[in-house]
Amino acid sequence: MVSFTLNGEDRQFDGDPETPLLWVLRDAERLTGTKYGCGIAQCGACTVHVDGMTRRSCITPISTLEGSTVTTIEGVEGPEAEAVQAAWTAIDVPQCGYCQSGQIMSAVSLLQMNPKPSDEDIDGAMAGNICRCATYQRIRQAIHDAADKMEA
Amino acid sequence: MKRALRSGSASLALALTLTLLANPIASFAQDRNPATGEASQPIAPPDEPSGLRPVSDFDQIADETERSIAIFQETGKVLQHPRCVNCHPAGNSPLQNMGMNPHQPPVQRGEANFGVPGMMCNTCHGPENVKVVGQSADIKSIPGNPNWHLAPIEMAWEGKSLAEICTQIKDENRNGGLDLAALVDHMAHDDLVGWGWNPGEGREPVPGTQERFGELYAAWAATGAHCPAE
Repeated sequence: MVSFTLNGEDRQFDGDPETPLLWVLRDAERLTGTKYGCGIAQCGACTVHVDGMTRRSCITPISTLEGSTVTTIEGVEGPEAEAVQAAWTAIDVPQCGYCQSGQIMSAVSLLQMNPKPSDEDIDGAMAGNICRCATYQRIRQAIHDAADKMEA
Repeated sequence: MKRALRSGSASLALALTLTLLANPIASFAQDRNPATGEASQPIAPPDEPSGLRPVSDFDQIADETERSIAIFQETGKVLQHPRCVNCHPAGNSPLQNMGMNPHQPPVQRGEANFGVPGMMCNTCHGPENVKVVGQSADIKSIPGNPNWHLAPIEMAWEGKSLAEICTQIKDENRNGGLDLAALVDHMAHDDLVGWGWNPGEGREPVPGTQERFGELYAAWAATGAHCPAE
């Protein structure tokens, strides 16, 4: 049995301890906002926050999360999340949208640690989140817009 | 004309996207024999059962300085193995696999040698190696260790000779302030150093064992910690 906090609530998982967090979220918790992309931490679609840091849930065994705090796209909140949501909506960042929950989780984490990132900071933070619609320019713009909104 | 341009841009975008999607996977492929495509196996010459000779093999070298140098050169099989050098890069990103290719995804070193805000080492590397399933034959695990991080730039080994590395690791200004005893202890017991012998399924470990590696370092220190000539 693994006990952890998920989006502010105490949760337990008593299945195979090697189960990746991604499948605990999607299959056991029915939180399907976190996506399966590659399964080997190469694309970023499965990004969540664990203890306040970005984590690729597809390669994170649930056994390693005893006592941890997990936040998904469904539960992320705070000024950075609000600013990112508004900026994403304002310029219609997503195209197909499949990668976007992962993109947003990385963007929120970046802004939590660096409220006024440069282009270089953004590229560094987002380098592990692939978008096959190539919305990279809008993602970068929306992060700048979110930072500006937070500063204002 | 406009339509032609648009169509050209779309083709370019598609090509770029496909390249982006294909390259990380190709670069990520773990250790394999390029000729056969088979996953490579640790190779231990028949006269070196563990791939790393024991200290006793060097007893026959009468001159202590020469013995010290020979012992250090033996440890070079580990120090200069891609498994070690990949995280002692000369640049601002780690390397990966036996070909020492650029790390994918392209994570940056960052101020603390732990990545940059939004993409730290522990975004992907957990406290232990993690087996993956349902992937191609040459991608079997994601490496991990509780202390996963890059060696600081002053500890870069990539592109350096064994003589240069020897001088470097003895230099307390470039080795994290370790005196010789602490350096021997680090080599013999550090858990992240030890990952080299336990790199996870699909990766060739460094030669020998950490115990034998530590014994070699103790013997090197005891014989004066001499370095090979340039």
